[in-house]
Amino acid sequence: MTRGLSVYVHVPFCAVRCGYCDFNTYTATELGGGGSQREYAANAMREMDLVQAADEAAGYPYDRVDTVFFGGGTPTLLPADDLVAMLDHLRGLIPLAADAEVTTEANPDSVTRASLSRLAAGGVTRVSFGMQSAVRSVLATLDRTHDPERVPQAVAWAREAGLDVSLDLIYGTPGETIADVEASVRAALDCGIDHMSAYSLIIEGNTAMARQLRRGELEEPDPDDMADKYELIEELATADGLSWYEVSNWARTEAQRCRHNLAYWRGRDWWGIGPGAHRHRDGLRAWNVKHPSRYARMLADDQLPVADSEQVSAQDRLVERIMLELRIADGLDVDTVPEAQQPSLAVHRDRGHLDAKALADGRAVLTRSGRLLADAVIRDLVP
Amino acid sequence: MTPRIAADEARDILPASTPQERIRNFCIIAHIDHGKSTLADRMLQLTGVVDERAMRAQYLDRMDIERERGITVKSQAVRMPWQFDGTDYVLNMIDTPGHVDFTYEVSRSLAACEGAILLVDAAQGIEAQTLANLYLAMEHDLTIIPVLNKIDLPGAEPEKYAAEIGQLVGVDPDEVLRASGKTGQGVPDLLDHVVVTLPPPQGQEEAPCRAMIFDSVYDTYRGVVTYIRVFDGSLTSRERIDMMSTGAHHELQEIGVISPEPRPTQGIGPGEVGYLITGVKDVRQSKVGDTVTTSIRGAEEPLPGYSEPKPMVFSGLFPIDGSDYPVLRDALDKLKLNDAALNYEPETSTALGFGFRVGFLGLLHLEIIRARLEREFSLELIATAPSVVYQVKMEDGTEVEVMNPSDFPEGKVAEIREPMTKATILVPSEFIGAVMDLCQSKRGSLDGMDYLSEDRVELRYTLPLGEIVFDFFDQLKSRTKGYASLDYDVTGEQAADLVKVDMLLQGDPVDAFSAIVHREQAYHYGVEMAGKLKNLIPRQQFEVPIQAAIGSRIIARENIRAIRKDVLSKCYGGDISRKRKLLEKQKEGKKRMKNIGSVEVPQEAFITALSSDGGTDGKDGKKK
Repeated sequence: MTRGLSVYVHVPFCAVRCGYCDFNTYTATELGGGGSQREYAANAMREMDLVQAADEAAGYPYDRVDTVFFGGGTPTLLPADDLVAMLDHLRGLIPLAADAEVTTEANPDSVTRASLSRLAAGGVTRVSFGMQSAVRSVLATLDRTHDPERVPQAVAWAREAGLDVSLDLIYGTPGETIADVEASVRAALDCGIDHMSAYSLIIEGNTAMARQLRRGELEEPDPDDMADKYELIEELATADGLSWYEVSNWARTEAQRCRHNLAYWRGRDWWGIGPGAHRHRDGLRAWNVKHPSRYARMLADDQLPVADSEQVSAQDRLVERIMLELRIADGLDVDTVPEAQQPSLAVHRDRGHLDAKALADGRAVLTRSGRLLADAVIRDLVP
Repeated sequence: MTPRIAADEARDILPASTPQERIRNFCIIAHIDHGKSTLADRMLQLTGVVDERAMRAQYLDRMDIERERGITVKSQAVRMPWQFDGTDYVLNMIDTPGHVDFTYEVSRSLAACEGAILLVDAAQGIEAQTLANLYLAMEHDLTIIPVLNKIDLPGAEPEKYAAEIGQLVGVDPDEVLRASGKTGQGVPDLLDHVVVTLPPPQGQEEAPCRAMIFDSVYDTYRGVVTYIRVFDGSLTSRERIDMMSTGAHHELQEIGVISPEPRPTQGIGPGEVGYLITGVKDVRQSKVGDTVTTSIRGAEEPLPGYSEPKPMVFSGLFPIDGSDYPVLRDALDKLKLNDAALNYEPETSTALGFGFRVGFLGLLHLEIIRARLEREFSLELIATAPSVVYQVKMEDGTEVEVMNPSDFPEGKVAEIREPMTKATILVPSEFIGAVMDLCQSKRGSLDGMDYLSEDRVELRYTLPLGEIVFDFFDQLKSRTKGYASLDYDVTGEQAADLVKVDMLLQGDPVDAFSAIVHREQAYHYGVEMAGKLKNLIPRQQFEVPIQAAIGSRIIARENIRAIRKDVLSKCYGGDISRKRKLLEKQKEGKKRMKNIGSVEVPQEAFITALSSDGGTDGKDGKKK
């Protein structure tokens, strides 16, 4: 039996910290203790060595890497050569599958024609741009620095380099109108993309935006407004020939879905390389220390930079499976749902949250209104 | 200050052998914060019963809750020696409960005395409950000694209030004594006055014993301690006694006086006050107002005035955590040992689960019991809106007593009768209009109005008890900036156009929110409750109509719109553990919801909806 692996590489650096962001990311270029951007690639490669050794020792050798995802932060703040070097290093440890999907996230203003072409030459196959919105005022509220007109340009360069392109949108930013959302989605689709993600803005309690909200400087997001916007996005994407394959993701064809993310949702094994990154191996979830300096020091001591881990119980693995698979368009095998929760399937079908036809065929698949209530449906289906 | 005599030197005033002419029995009538306890402490100190070192502040109030709330629920009696004009006397100070709900207990305490000190704060003037108790004392033909307390306060207006009290009691303002419990000023003079002014007891010394129970208290170690005033004859230790209301016999285990701790004696003579212990475990076997006599050569006729305590206000008490039901049951059983007026029976609510329908003397009684359940037994409770007892006559002639709106009968109602009260409200004259408006809106009818002084007014109303227990106190307080004080007495009943309003969630009635209200107020109640519930119940996955209905007729309606968004949009590798844990938390939260049909209602919604209408705050009219 062959065993495939996905690899996530977290690059915790940004040029500017956005007001809504609660990710593990740093804007300083110089962090002490070997945690700087300059030393990042070397550290990540060192971690790959240690993780591979640990997996082998635990009896988990992998035959190939199916997907790689450079996320952040802003991975493209690193020189393209650094990303390529990390990819090469990984290849040296475990062969990269011939059809491997290698994605990097990027800001529209952190790439050039040359850097994109260098990435493509080095093995990157896909780029996901953080477009967020096409409306300047919305971008300003989000602290995004790029010029919206830069997006089509960056997309064109990426396609020229042979990369698949995805655009990420954020909706529900305070002050954003329905018309703003429509303009953004149309602008994204006009770039001729085959993949789009759209996330409702979540204002986490520890962010600058949450503080603005508490001070009354921003208007509290209205969930009904969010629902209206989601439905609009769905309509526009569908009209353009895209279809949803996960609550917040749309793709033109099945082949253009993000396989890396699907690996998360299908409970596959993956590495999480970089400060604060999470990995998963057969029910073992582990996460790294967050600060790049501490991360670097542990690696320097030949230690896995793990902060903590948990072995997910069989029951919780079932919970996770229901929680993740219900969010994807392929849906959930109804036999996965425990006996006690089976009656909820029909209840949610009758409320229009689960597709009746799919359910008759043994799969729980969310309808459009069901997707907006996914968490409520999940709560009723988990043990 | 040195006491005039030491207790053990007073050989001619020993218990059981003190001549009646050397005895003075009195109580203190005062509003809760007018300084009764401080004055009582000062008396204990002056008479040498308690020395300075042993003085515990507010000695007489034993229960923590009472101390905290500044009220005395259970009375006690202290025997104090006092010398006047070279003669030794025994002064028995009988403590009285100071609240509206305990009128019967007050009346028994008053009946045990020959006189009363009317104690009024020199900075506040008389309050409604004090006035009510004063009237009660006058009806018992007690000799009244009016006293203005707290004359040391900078805000004291002794002239103004002396005139007010003088007019009420019928004495010249300059006959009103002035004292300060705090500094002791005027207190020796007051004690002398007690000796001089109050008549001594005039019991028949050789007659068969008749002693009245004016209080009984359950003690964990001793069982029930019964406080008595002997009128005729005497009781001696190791005697068998009878309770005349039930004919029950008891063996006397101990008899004695309190000075200030219980002190066993050979007996208690005519006119004296003391306690007895028989070993019974339930205060219901030792009822306030009952007459105690000896088993052998007992009295034929009991003393007048006994009646059974009758609950007037009912509320459902439900544990928030359903598994606490047995704890609640045991707790009520325990409190019942010490509270003859408390009664309850199991009640099942579709909304609130298992609990008890509990009968109380009034709102304060309700609140005290509830606070004790929560504090002493660590229970978290939901109390339904207080309700009174309605007599419902059906067209087919059957009659039903309704203590719980859920028990309101289906079918054609011929007549509903509701309990009525005589209410007295004392208020600064500037608020007369506001109080009249309120009473009007609560279906009150004005019986009379008197100026106590140029800026204080006594208003007398007949008001339905059901209106008083609803939100009257809160309203009265807010409309008079807290200056009004209220007393009421249940006096009768009247037929009224009352209806039961049900609240329906998605067509299912929520029993906890049903109420019996006047037809003219039904719409208001329905609209207000529906609006309140709309704000308290979170949006569900489907639209939820909230309706108020009289029978099958809908009188008010609100809608809770269906929730449209309940999804976390991002769920990638690093989010999975966090999301699973959040899900577990949400599942836990779901378990704490009550299901009304398919509508999930958080406990807090019940608590909030019920408490804001409960009007359980400030019914004692205490100024804030």
